[in-house]
Parts: sequence; structure tokens; C-alpha cells
Amino acid sequence: MKQSVFLGTLAASTLLAAGAMAQGTSTLDTVKARGELNCGVNTGLVGFAAPDANGNWQGFDVAICKAVAAAVLGDASKVVYIPTTSSDRFEQLTSGKIDLLSRNTTWTFSRDTDLKMDFVGVNYYDGQGFMVRKDLGVSSAKELDGATICIQTGTTTELNLADYFKANNMTYTAVPIETNAEGEQQYLAAACDAYTTDASGLAATRAAFADPENHIILPEIISKEPLGPSVRHGDNAWGDVVRWTLNALIAAEEFGITSTNIDELAASSQNPEVQRLLGTSGELGKMIGLEPNWAMNAIKASGNYGEIFAATIGESTPIGLARGLNAQWTQGGLLYTPPFR
Amino acid sequence: MKATSATFVRNEMLAPSAPPSTEAGPIKWMRENLFSSPLNIVLTVLGVGAVVYIVMHIAPWMLRGVWVAGTLSECREIIQARYGEGVTGACWALIRDRWQQYLFGFYPSELYWRPVLAFVLMLAAIAPVLFDALPRRVLWFTLVYPAVGFWLLWGGTVWVPVMALAGFVISYVAAKIVQPIAGTILATIAAVLTPVLWWLFLAGPAADAAQSVIPIALEGVRSREFGGFILAFTIGFTGIAFSLPLGVMLALGRQSDMFIVNKLSVGFIEFIRGVPLITLLFTASLLLNYFLPPGTDFDIILRVIIMVVLFAAAYIAEVVRGGLAALPRGQYEAADALGLDYWKAQRLIIMPQALKISIPGIVSTFIGLFKDTTLVVFVGLLDPLKGITDAVRASTDWKGVYWEPYIFVGAIFFVFCFGMSRYSMYLERKLKTDHR
Repeated sequence: MKQSVFLGTLAASTLLAAGAMAQGTSTLDTVKARGELNCGVNTGLVGFAAPDANGNWQGFDVAICKAVAAAVLGDASKVVYIPTTSSDRFEQLTSGKIDLLSRNTTWTFSRDTDLKMDFVGVNYYDGQGFMVRKDLGVSSAKELDGATICIQTGTTTELNLADYFKANNMTYTAVPIETNAEGEQQYLAAACDAYTTDASGLAATRAAFADPENHIILPEIISKEPLGPSVRHGDNAWGDVVRWTLNALIAAEEFGITSTNIDELAASSQNPEVQRLLGTSGELGKMIGLEPNWAMNAIKASGNYGEIFAATIGESTPIGLARGLNAQWTQGGLLYTPPFR
Repeated sequence: MKATSATFVRNEMLAPSAPPSTEAGPIKWMRENLFSSPLNIVLTVLGVGAVVYIVMHIAPWMLRGVWVAGTLSECREIIQARYGEGVTGACWALIRDRWQQYLFGFYPSELYWRPVLAFVLMLAAIAPVLFDALPRRVLWFTLVYPAVGFWLLWGGTVWVPVMALAGFVISYVAAKIVQPIAGTILATIAAVLTPVLWWLFLAGPAADAAQSVIPIALEGVRSREFGGFILAFTIGFTGIAFSLPLGVMLALGRQSDMFIVNKLSVGFIEFIRGVPLITLLFTASLLLNYFLPPGTDFDIILRVIIMVVLFAAAYIAEVVRGGLAALPRGQYEAADALGLDYWKAQRLIIMPQALKISIPGIVSTFIGLFKDTTLVVFVGLLDPLKGITDAVRASTDWKGVYWEPYIFVGAIFFVFCFGMSRYSMYLERKLKTDHR
């Protein structure tokens, strides 16, 4: 009897808690009240998210966290970085431990719908590729029939690989690995002929080899991997804030607003869209519940999209990624933000 | 003339001659131990060959290591310049660059003295437990150390740990008051119930009140800033300290004749031993969030520690039960015959013997627990082995490093685990009372 009363109370309070999470308390208000943004990032991915020797997080995904914190709280340093693994990242988000997941996560149908997440946009268009040793004499992924391939388990890359080989009527032997670091070791120890993962990861991996010139990345990209930040499903106001912060970074590059000229442009620009974006005219900030200079703060945090790209993963860094698909639409890429109006 | 007769009898002792070279010294030892039969000769050659092969491959790589460099590629350049093209070597510069992160995680660097002091005080606190030659009065410090350590590591107001300790005093006082009035059973219940009520409802406000009157506080450090060995030690040693008493209680509960106590103990032990530790950690980190009201900030390290304590306690309980089972029935009967009550019998007769028998099992559970602290990486905490290593490898400077961090972390774990193992052997020798 006692037991069932206890269980009943527990169930009731659980329902109440779940209900409270589902409807009331918007994430935006929670973050403002807390004064800090809980941002889920990778436990460590070169160029995208990594702590330096002093424990300061840096990287391409981390810059999104900083921009959102700057837009919402006016201070890019008010971020609590919560390292998430590939297995617990969705749980962390849906259970409310993090407000925002910025962790090179592929936007897929099932994640958007079934896992109850909302992807707010794409900050990096990636795709799966292959790396092989040069002396293997292979110049196309089509020649990999019968190869042994190192592949990370439990990721979309595993499924893509199976699809690709099936579609091209080829066979392969998979060597399952857990992390990128292990993959590198297995590949270097010649446990597999080819190593497959996202092309950005391959480039970073190859750059870290002692003899990068002896390895080539095959030209085929066998999958679409749009990586983007995501928020909990159902809190549209918060989703808007993150979406438009990302858009503001992309738009800033399009309009030529950089972290160095932003103050000058805010004071003198005659372009009405720039004025609206920087809050000198219009009321865009108010519409999403933020200060008028929200986008200005976001851009000041680590620069516009192009600056972030160049500083973290661009061609001047050891990772050396070209813009490719991630160029502005005016430059032949896919970055195209809706108008700020 | 005296007939000369040759004496055929020696009248002095002959100096003992050295034994044949095959029957003495290292040669004898080798013949007996390494080459005593054809099979042993083969095994010896194979064994030595394997050791030589491994050392030949690893030692040069380790010795060619570079200690001063800023990045992995710099390491490689230095090694190429020193030893020629294509030669590989270890890049220990990584350890030199990031050792603070391995030890302290993201703990604020200006506060490093606090975990260091906490560690030194911990050694002082466990010393009287480990070595009975030390003065017994120091044990009082051992009892309050958890509060001191907590305060040093997490900071904040001093009154939180003080009020938490006060719970034990309240428990003791409650038991003393109830005992003469209502008897032992109610006194035990009071001793359990009053501190729980105190901690749940009164300790927090009391700490706030005390803080507003006499503010003493250290700068607060949040759990997410913990990482590396400070995390492994915090979880490991707290787990060890709390799982032993809990495990002993569970072992006694399992031996008990009282139906509910017995079944609860059995159920708890079998359930916890039946699920992997990672399941418990995931439960602590993720599932609890659904049950707690949104916004509650139930510290993740505390949750992990609770799970680790429960996990280790279940194993300790079974180890101790083994010790209890090994005691001859006569010991229990002797205790009864002396007129000792249950607790006195346990404390004076049963437990000292049962625990002595269980030492190897208990210590190996502890060693396992300490190493299992690296599993917290799966709930997003930065353990030294993989959490910090992945974070370090993710920097563009050190991407591509693989073995060096594992060797470093493994060496530190080895030192502590080996230390525990040697201590348990010392203890066994010291407590050896039989005459085998």
C-alpha cells in the first residue's frame, strides 16, 4: 500500500515535471535568468571544438555557442561548455541539460522528427569521403571493390558506406573502430586499405600524419552531411533565436561586415539591411525578444561566418579546408540566408 | 734407527674445494630454474626472445622521445633532424605541455593549491587508518576529512560541510536521548531518521543563516571544471571510503535472520551486481533528469560518486560475506557464550577475523573501482585516460598523437594500483596469526 502511494506520487511528479518542460518555461527566459548558456559541444574534434592548454574552448562549433551567448546575454564568455559524446548528445538536449547542441551533428529526417530535435540551420556542409595510401594505386572510390575499410561504428557514415557499396555492386570488409584517433592508428598500421569518415575529418587526419604526401583523399563524396546546431523540439522562440544568430553570422559575411569594421558600419552604413541587422534601424531584436544590438554582439564574438571559418578550419590553419560548398551563394556555395526584414 | 713409516693418514683437514661450476652460483640457478628440461629450454628461449623483441621495439622509440616542442610536427622535425629521415620517436612534449590538464582538468589554475592541499590532507587522514603505529587521536581528523576535502575542492561557504557534519552529531545525540526512553530499536531508527530529515530540510537554511552571520567562504569551483586525475581521485577515494562501510553493512544484512533486511540486502546486491557500471552511470547522468523537476542542479560528480559507491558496495558485500562464511561456527558461538550482544560480537570477534580473510578481495575490488573511474567519460566527464586525451588530441597542435598520453596516464594509474596491492600484502603479513 505504502509502496503504491509512493510510486503514484513519483509518477505524478514525473508527469508534472515533463509537462512543465513541454509547455511553460521558455528556454530563452531560462537562459536569461541563468545568465549562462549551456552549450553541448564535442568532447574534442580538431578545428570544431577543443579546449586549449588553459581550458578555453575553441573551434568552429564553439563559435556558434559564443555567438548565441553574445546575442542573448551580450557576453560571449557566458557559456558553459558541456562535452557530449555521440551516444548521449540527444539525451542531453531532450532532458534539458543543454540549451543548444552545437556538435557537428548531421541533420537527418529521423533526428529532426523522431528524436524530437529541431535543427535550426546548417553551419557546415560536409560529406563522406575516403582516404587511401598512395601506393595502393587507387584513384577512385569505384576501384575499392573488396577493400578493407576502417569505419566508426554507430554513425551515419557506417550506413552510407553500406549503401554506397551496395549501389555500386561492390563488396568490402569493415574494420570497426570507436574513435577517430583509433581509426588513424588502424589505418597507419595498415589494418585497413581505406579510412572513411567526413571529408573535413579526413583532411584534418591527413594533415596530422608524419607523411601526408603518401596519402590521398579520393574525389568521391558519397553522402550529404549537413552539420548544424539543434535545439529541443517545441520551443520555437528559442529555435528562432539560434537560427537567426547563425543567419546573422552568414549574412554578415555576405554584407562584408567583419569584427573589425562592424562599429564603423553600424555608425555609417547606408545599406538598409545592414542597418536592420545591426539594430540601428528597425526592431528586429525586439521581435525575437533580444536587445537591438543582438546581431552586433553575435558578430563581434568571433567575427562573421567567413572569419570563423578561416580562423578555425580554413586554408591558413593546419586543417586547411577549402570553402567549397560552404562558400556564400554569391561565390558558388550553398550559404544563403533569408533576408533580414 | 727408527723405521720410517710413511703416514697415510692426513693430520690436517683438506681445504674444501669449490663445487663444480655447474653446481654453484648463477649457473646452478639457471640450470635448475631455466634449463632443467628440453621443454623448459624451449620456453626459456621463447620467453627471453619475446621480452627482447618487445624491448627492442619500444625502448628506442621511447628513448628517442622529445621533451621540448610546441607541436607534434615540431617533435617530428626534431627527431628527423637528430636521427635521420623516417625515424620515429615518442613526443613527450605533449605531457610537458598539458600535464596540468591531465592532473587538474579545467580547474582554475590560480586555485591549484586547493586540490593539492586536499590531496596532502587526504594522505594525512588515511595514514592512521593504514598504519596503527600512528597516534589514534589523528582518527578524529580522518572523520572530519570528507568535509574538509569537499570544502577545499568545491569551495563555497564553509557552513555547508559543517552543517552536513552536524547531521552525524545530531544522529548520535538523538540515539543517546531515545535509547534510555524507548530502547535500542527505536534509538537506531532515530539515529537514521533525524540526520536524514536534518540534511533534507534544515541543513541548507542553517548553512545560509550561519553564512550570513559569519561569512567564511572559498571561491566556488563547479563540477564541470573538474577533470583528469583530480576527478579520478575524487571519485575513486570517495568511493573507496564509503563503499567499505556500506558493503560491510550489506554483508551483515544478507546474513541477517530478519526477513525484510535480508531480502532488501539480497535484492540490492544482486541487482547492482547484475547490471554493468555504465548502465548505472547513464542512469545517474541522464535518466534522473527526467524525474527531477526541471532546473534542479543535482551535481553530476555527486551522482556518479553515489553510483560508484553503490556499485562497489555490492561487490564488497559479497567479498565480506565470503570472509564471514569462512569463519568457523565456533567463533559465533563463543561470542554468544561470552554474552556479547550482536553489535559487540560483530565488532570484537567476527568482523576483525572476517575482514582479515577478505583483505585480498577487498583490495582488488578497490583497485577495480579506482580504474573504473575512467568510465565516467561516457557521461561526458573528462576522465584522464580518454576524456582529457581526446580533448588534447583535438587541438591542432597535438592531433595525431596516440600512445604517449596512454603511457603517461597508465603509468600514474599503475603507481597507485601497485601501491594499493603492496599495502594489502603488507597488511596480510602483519595480521598473519596462524602458524602454517
